Amino acid sequence: MTKKVFNPDVDAPVFKGKYAPYDIIKEGTIAVVVVALLTVVLAVLFSSPDEKAVTIKSWSNATPMDFVATAITELDGTSGTATYGPPYNNAATGQQIGPFTLAKWMGINVKVNTASDFVVAPLSTLADQPALKTALTAFTSASSTQKASWEANYSKALTTGRFSSGTLQVPATNAGPVPVMMSALTAMARSGALDQALVTAKGFYTTDYTKPLLFMADGSFLANKAQAQHLSGDQWGMMNETGSYPGQAWLWLYTMWYQVPPFSTSWGANADALVWAFMMILTLLLALMPWIPGLRSIPRKVKVYRLIWREHYKSV
Amino acid sequence: MTTEIDRQWTTRLRKTVVEKLPPEKLLPDTQPAYVASWIYVFGVTTLAALAIVIATGCVLAMKGPLWWHLSSTGHFVNSLHLWSVEIFFFAMVIHLWGKYFMAAWRGGRQLTWVTGVVLFLTSIGAGFTGYVSQTNYDSQWISTQAKDGINATGGGAFFNVLNLGQMLMWHIVLLPLAAVALTAVHVIYVRIKGVVPPFEEEK
Repeated sequence: MTKKVFNPDVDAPVFKGKYAPYDIIKEGTIAVVVVALLTVVLAVLFSSPDEKAVTIKSWSNATPMDFVATAITELDGTSGTATYGPPYNNAATGQQIGPFTLAKWMGINVKVNTASDFVVAPLSTLADQPALKTALTAFTSASSTQKASWEANYSKALTTGRFSSGTLQVPATNAGPVPVMMSALTAMARSGALDQALVTAKGFYTTDYTKPLLFMADGSFLANKAQAQHLSGDQWGMMNETGSYPGQAWLWLYTMWYQVPPFSTSWGANADALVWAFMMILTLLLALMPWIPGLRSIPRKVKVYRLIWREHYKSV
Repeated sequence: MTTEIDRQWTTRLRKTVVEKLPPEKLLPDTQPAYVASWIYVFGVTTLAALAIVIATGCVLAMKGPLWWHLSSTGHFVNSLHLWSVEIFFFAMVIHLWGKYFMAAWRGGRQLTWVTGVVLFLTSIGAGFTGYVSQTNYDSQWISTQAKDGINATGGGAFFNVLNLGQMLMWHIVLLPLAAVALTAVHVIYVRIKGVVPPFEEEK
């Protein structure tokens, strides 16, 4: 039988040198005490950020016209969520890498129909509003061509619309029941009732905020606030948090790809899928490093280890 | 001749465990003289920070997800949780780079390396689900941004970052369980195989 050849990047020499006393329990205890003290010092000095959550109520009270402009796109199916594709709906294929349409293959498991979930269903929960009830009946029984025409006329008029003295004023003609619905939805939003209706659609208890978050993300209010706090995607957004806190600094490599071409330019439409694929490859390379010739030799060749084990090399 | 007791699963497991990890390896009282650098501090620092992260997380869990918005004590515990997480990741990343430059996978230690990398990824998931479970503006913004990345992979069909209940469960049950289990396996591998020896250099 031939003897296995020693590979310095795979095999380790047998250590025949000295051993020193080592109190592992004492070391662990000291580490816990020191880290606990350091944590207390950092917490006392720097606290932690806690910017209050935005609500549809706060959004529609701060910028009612942005709310209405978003709501009409939810109704006519042109909002970001309405045109998103999987996992919310069939409106698009979703991002892809060449022929791989992963999002589409995985299916629509978080169903969202913006017109019905964000507008019609919440309005249907309002009691004792005969004019609204008539408008909703007219809308739901209309053909899709008729609905599209009403919505287009309303959207056109919205550019000259305004919100004044607690009333939405949009000079829309031939918009059918849409003005009544939009005014009622705005009033509902400003009262806070829409926040509740969106989360309690399936019952009293809830922990799922998918719908109000998607609705708010379609508007400008959430994003403008993020821009002001330097949190948007082109500002290394997701790894940061409000204030001057380190945030998820460990996501720097993932976030970096979004800032550089071609991910930020020609590959932009599928940037998320491509960045994830790229990161998966890099992660696999890291995990499988011990088996990858070349990469596993770098530590031996760059010789940083001489600094780490300098005492050892002095003694041999 | 083996007896019935020798053939028992329990007996076999005990013998294997004692053989692979005798008490003097599990709780050693000496170590090779080459383990003498500040870089070795970062492994135990990561473990210590994990203990503080779990302890402060348990206090937050006792009072529920909204407590820290409503009480100054709660806010302070949240700050302890945040900063212990920052120390945890800081120490873990330096530990990882240190081990890379030592080529610490040598001598049959490949699985120690792999469990470490998987543990790093699990921790990123635990940190992320924590950030989207804060029930404040940060969690709203981070989740609405992050959904596009996860949806693009197809993962959004099963892992909905906008669903607070789901994210909180991953953050306080599933990922901590995985992280603690992986940490145990990682540390046991280190104890079984010992600390990687220095490269042999030609004289």
